[in-house]
Order: sequence, then C-alpha cells, then structure tokens
Amino acid sequence: MSQDNKKVTVETTGHVWDDDLQELNNPLPRWWIWGFYITFGFALVYWLFYPAWPIGNTYTKGIPGLNNVTYVATKVDGTQETKTTHWNMRSKLMVEMNDLQAEQKPYVDKVASKSFEDVAKDPELMQFVNSAGKTLFATNCVPCHQAGGQGKVKFAPNLTDDYWQYGGTYENIQTTIVGGRHGVMPAFKTILNDAELTQVSNYVLSLSGEPHNADAAKLGDAIFHGDKAGCYACHGVDAKGNIAIGSANLTDKVWLWPDVLGAKTPEAKLNEVKTLIYGGMDKGVMPVWETRLKPEQIKLLTVYVHDSLGGGK
Amino acid sequence: MKHDKIERNVGILIILTMLAISAGGLVEIVPLFFIKETVEKVDGVRPYSPLELRGRDIYIREGCYLCHSQMIRPFRDEALRYGHYSLAAESKYDHPFQWGSKRTGPDLARVGGKYSNDWQTQHLTAPRSLVPQSIMPNYPWLSKTDLDYSDIQGRMKALRVTGVPYSTSKAEFDKNVKEFGEETAKNLHIPDAEKNLIAQAQAGNYDTNPDKLTEMDALVSYLQLLGTMVDFRKYDDDYFAKFR
Repeated sequence: MSQDNKKVTVETTGHVWDDDLQELNNPLPRWWIWGFYITFGFALVYWLFYPAWPIGNTYTKGIPGLNNVTYVATKVDGTQETKTTHWNMRSKLMVEMNDLQAEQKPYVDKVASKSFEDVAKDPELMQFVNSAGKTLFATNCVPCHQAGGQGKVKFAPNLTDDYWQYGGTYENIQTTIVGGRHGVMPAFKTILNDAELTQVSNYVLSLSGEPHNADAAKLGDAIFHGDKAGCYACHGVDAKGNIAIGSANLTDKVWLWPDVLGAKTPEAKLNEVKTLIYGGMDKGVMPVWETRLKPEQIKLLTVYVHDSLGGGK
Repeated sequence: MKHDKIERNVGILIILTMLAISAGGLVEIVPLFFIKETVEKVDGVRPYSPLELRGRDIYIREGCYLCHSQMIRPFRDEALRYGHYSLAAESKYDHPFQWGSKRTGPDLARVGGKYSNDWQTQHLTAPRSLVPQSIMPNYPWLSKTDLDYSDIQGRMKALRVTGVPYSTSKAEFDKNVKEFGEETAKNLHIPDAEKNLIAQAQAGNYDTNPDKLTEMDALVSYLQLLGTMVDFRKYDDDYFAKFR
C-alpha cells in the first residue's frame, strides 16, 4: 500500500486520515466543465424568452415581443378579441384550444345552425357527430348509462331501446341533458296496507302480461284507479305513464326500478313491485349538464343519443 | 472557513447543508407569497361547511389522494376531459391542499355535480357495479359507519389557526356575512357546527339513506362540492390567463 501511494502524482486536498489515507483532487473532465458552463449560458438566454425572476410583487416576463403568445379570447357576452401577451402556459392553452375550435368550426357551426333532423340527414355531419359524440358520451354519460348506452336496472335507463321515460324526441332529449332529471315516486307504506299493496302489485304485473293472481289484480285495478292511492294521477288512467313528469309506462315490458325481468319466480317478481310501491323511489337523478357542457356539445350529444345509439323516437 | 473545519464538525455541517439545499426551494417558493397574481381574484370560493370538512378528512383518512389528483393542468387533453384548469384560488382554504401527484384514478378537481349522490354512494360502495373495468377498492363501510362529528369544532378551530375564516365571535360572523353572504357565514360559525352539520346532511341526503348520518354523507357532500365553487361562465375565457 505505501508503495502505491508514492506513485500518486495528482494533487491532493491535503486531508490525511489514519496516517496515510488521502483525498485526491483530480480535475473534472473537460467536457463536463464545459457542459456546466453551457447551462449558465442557457439560463441567460432563457431569461430573455420566458418569465423568470421575481421582483417585488411582480416578475420579469422576458424581453417584450421576443416570445409573445397571440390568441383569440371569447368574452362573456360572446364577442371575440385577439390578444397578445408574454409567454405563459395558460395563454398557450388558449392557442391550443383556438386551433381545436378552428378545426371543428365548420362542423360545429353546421350542427349549431341546422335543425336536428337536417343534421341527422347529412352523412358527412353525422360522421362528425359520431366521433365527437362518442367521446363526449364516454366521458360524461357512460358512468351511469354504461358503455353502449344499455343502461342499468335500478340505476339508469337504457338509451338504445324505443322506450323513453321523459320522451324520445330531439327536444325531449335535449331538455333532459340541459337540466337533468329527478324521478320521484312517493312511498305508499302509510297509505296502503299489506293486502292492498299485494293487490295493486298484481294489477301492475298484469298490465304487461307478467304472471299474476287475476283475482287480486282485479281488486288492485280498483285501488290503482281509486283516489286513496291515486296511482292513475301520475301513471295515467291507461297506466301508460306521462313523459312530462317521467312516470313509467306500466303496460310495456320495460322495467327500470323494480327488477321484474331479472326476478326468477312469480313471487320474486311480485316482491320487486311491492317493495317499490311500499318504499317509493327517490333515486332517479340525472345531473344538470348545462353547467358542464357547451350548448353545441349538448346539441351534438342529443343527436348522438337519438340517432347513433339507435333509440330515438 | 476551512473545509477541514466543516468536515470535522457535524453541527456546522448539518446547518450549512440545510442552508445549501433549501436555497432552491426558497428562491422558487418565497416570491410567490409576494407576487400579486399568484392567487387569482375570483368570486365564489369559500371554506368548507362542517359536513364537507368531515368529508374532506375522510377523503384524507381513506387515502383517496394516493390515486386521485385534484389538479387539472392547463393542457388541451385535460381541458377536454376534466374541464377548466384548477386555480390557486380554488384551494386557498385547503390545509393541506389535495392536489396530489398520482393519477391511478381520474382527477377529481371538478367531479362535483358530475354524478348523482346515488351514483357516488353506489360507486364508493362497489365501484365495479357501475364501472366494470375499474380497479378502485370497495369502501362498503362508509355507508354503514355513523359519522363521528363530536370533534368538529376542534377541527374547525385547528383550521382557523392556519387562517381559514371560521368565526367564533359576532364580529367575525358579521365579517363573514359581508364576504360570503349570510347562508355561508352561518355554516362557518364554529359554535353552531354540530347543528349545521346535521341540517346539511338531512337536507342533502347524500348517502340516499335519510334515516342515518353516515361517513358516506360527509364524503359525498365533499365530492359534490369539488370544483363547483367558481362559475366560469361569469368570466371571459382568458380571464385567468392574465394571472400568469
């Protein structure tokens, strides 16, 4: 060891530990040193182009005019204005969104200005509706209405069938998306006794040809159309529902809240209906979308739901 | 000072090391306290109500922030998916802020109002029943556990120390009325915390079970508030760009 030490010719830091343990002071590689100096140069140039140094309650914004960002802003009243500012991420986003809007403008303008029916008739426009609508639907609607719009029993209605609780015209669908919906059915536990609940449930099942007790259904008919329960007030005298308030059509084979189709036995089917009438339902909430989506996005989604999901009627 | 001296004195070495490594942080962070435009001027941002505050604490307890960020960055893809980028002003009453840096799940900065209370409750209890491809864990105990709000006043007082304007006196209450309006000011009054918490849970029925006040009520009330305090339709679409 001591032999090796004597061969060392480079400079040392002068520190010595344990008699002969020294710290060498080799120079750094030249390429590394130069790389280090270049970063200083880079920083100097960077300060000229980008916001950098804080000064009091403001900061340097780069040499004016050297690295400006120009974008088109839309004001609250809808008017547009071209603005130029120093480089910053939020303005860069404005530019990116401007580019996106310019790209989509020819189509968005057409969707906005044409009637629903004319949009649906235009194959080129429908290509746009399908691709843009698919993304909007996936981002906003799928969590409840599921991937293909098939809905979920006891949660959200199927959008691919011909049955529409709040109406299936373009205008109906648009109203639903804009303002959301809140479906409520009152509980009848304090109004009807157990026998009456069974009877009216049998009647409801009989309306769509589900297995039921015909005698009980006959008594249920009277309760349904009687003023004590007053079922007809919302579901209609013909039990076909009312799209204005979203009350269900009880004469078709579509069941959203009681899982009649999923229930295996007649008893289970009866129980599903009875439980719902007993406890009522206050879960049919669809959020308001006019605060999250732009009017043209809602129109686009309306056409997508009506025509592309295949349920419009 | 000689190198020799520093290397042989652990105390001096520690202090000088700390000074050296904090320089970068100080230079980057401290000026933000003085630059006027750091926190945007915007209407609507308010401290949490007692129920929402308990919800935020459950959000932290369950470690939601480990998979969910609350920070929408000013990029095109994020603007299209999540909405308007997050503002500094929107978390000015958050201590600690929940920006996060990990997105195993989606960003939650603007999740408020996007789904119904029923959806949130069902999804927290069993995520895959609504989103089949989800890898989020189930949180079934939230809707079974009664909400413990016995220490809500203490929680609000602790935040008060950090500068959140929860009120204890009539004068402070009046000041809050001026700044946030009467309805919000009432919710920020510490002596009424329990009463306000129960009232909000009953009116909101967040866990879709009106008979019980559960942790689900608190968490969903918090989630439904996220990102909804600022009405961006009231501002030009580049209004917030001038703050950078």
